[in-house]
Amino acid sequence: MNPFLALIGRDMRLAIRVGGGALMGALFYFTVVAMTPFAIGPDLNLLARIGPAILWLGALLASLLALDRLFATDHEDGSLDLLMMGTMPLELAVAAKAIAHWLTTALPLIVITPVLGLMLNVEMSAMGWVALTLLAGTPALTFIGLIGAALAVTLRRGGLLLAVLVLPLTVPVLIFGVAAANAAIIGPAPFGPPFTILCALSLASLVLGPVAAAAALRQGLE
Amino acid sequence: MAVIDLANPTRFLTLVNRVLPWLIGATALVFAYGLYRVAGAPDDYQQGATVKIMYLHVPGAWLGMMGWGVMTVAALGTLVWRHPLADVAGKAAAPIGAGFTFICLATGMLWGRPMWGTYWVWDARLTSVLVLFLLYLGMLALYWTAEDPNRSARAAAILALVGAVNIPIIKFSVDWWNTLHQPASVVRMGGAAIDASILVPLLIMALAFTLLFFTLHFAAMRNEILRRRVRSMRMMQAREVPV
Repeated sequence: MNPFLALIGRDMRLAIRVGGGALMGALFYFTVVAMTPFAIGPDLNLLARIGPAILWLGALLASLLALDRLFATDHEDGSLDLLMMGTMPLELAVAAKAIAHWLTTALPLIVITPVLGLMLNVEMSAMGWVALTLLAGTPALTFIGLIGAALAVTLRRGGLLLAVLVLPLTVPVLIFGVAAANAAIIGPAPFGPPFTILCALSLASLVLGPVAAAAALRQGLE
Repeated sequence: MAVIDLANPTRFLTLVNRVLPWLIGATALVFAYGLYRVAGAPDDYQQGATVKIMYLHVPGAWLGMMGWGVMTVAALGTLVWRHPLADVAGKAAAPIGAGFTFICLATGMLWGRPMWGTYWVWDARLTSVLVLFLLYLGMLALYWTAEDPNRSARAAAILALVGAVNIPIIKFSVDWWNTLHQPASVVRMGGAAIDASILVPLLIMALAFTLLFFTLHFAAMRNEILRRRVRSMRMMQAREVPV
């Protein structure tokens, strides 16, 4: 079996089974979005206007949540050392872990987005667009977060340090994600430019993320 | 003297101790001349005397960005050449760069109050400097949480490189975000070319601040080397204590 696919499968099984917490990100996302109206009031017009922004912010925070366990558990039980000594390039192994992480945390979150959008009074027809921007943008969040996760595990620190390191780097993703979602719903700016830049950010971080994360692991854990 | 010769910290310390007094003197002289020129510079016909904040604000912004540049070069030195002083240079540059970025933000806010009527607007430039400041704080947080200097040096080097790739993207996206959300609502300087009577003092002040940066940087590098020596001496001492 292809080791790349095998690693994705292993990480997904670990996340889905007991003790994994694959759906924890989606649950956190749901809770954050549900908490927002308590902070800003139940005005449906206001919620409809800032709905895409709330959904994006929730997705950003939820994708950060599970990141610090991405390498930490493997580091604790020694399987990270095996991955580093294996024949598969570390960049690929790290990318496989990130893909598995995206499939188990970001994808459920995108699936429940239309339902949450209804609660925020975002129109049903527009929800598809918001979900599409999340689909295009969350890989960038995962792969930028991958760098932070690798740095955090070499320093044996996680949690807040990870958030402090990663959040400023995700500013462009947030900007173009919300811009594309708003362009699709409210207009009048065209949807194309921000959306294609969002895709470009995802593709660029797909390259930069694994390379930087593998470098961090090699430098830090040797 | 080749860069590789400076790999020996003792040799580097000798050089720093020889250069630092001259650097301090040059900084003081250029600052004195620059402040004299600033005092003689005319007020802006619109902004009055508050335009003098610019002589602190603009060099602060330049050196805030240059600080990350120094860290990027140091990061390459750490990761590619494994130069022993490179991570000392990077670590020493981080708080100084953060300090200059803070000067830029603080003076900008103080300047904004009389000119724009508010301390803060979510203007593209302000926002990208703010994100740069957040990146600096993340870097400092990384240094604070790490116990082992070697480990933190490499992590910080990778973060510096990732930041160097990202900073232009952040700048670009913030510009986009700003034009999308709000048209330029504030009076911007730079519409007209700056007159020489203001530009020359500004450049002198920029030179003075650059000298200050390197003076502080050299002194901070010296302190960091001494701090590491103290650390290893303490460890050796602890090892010698009879059980």
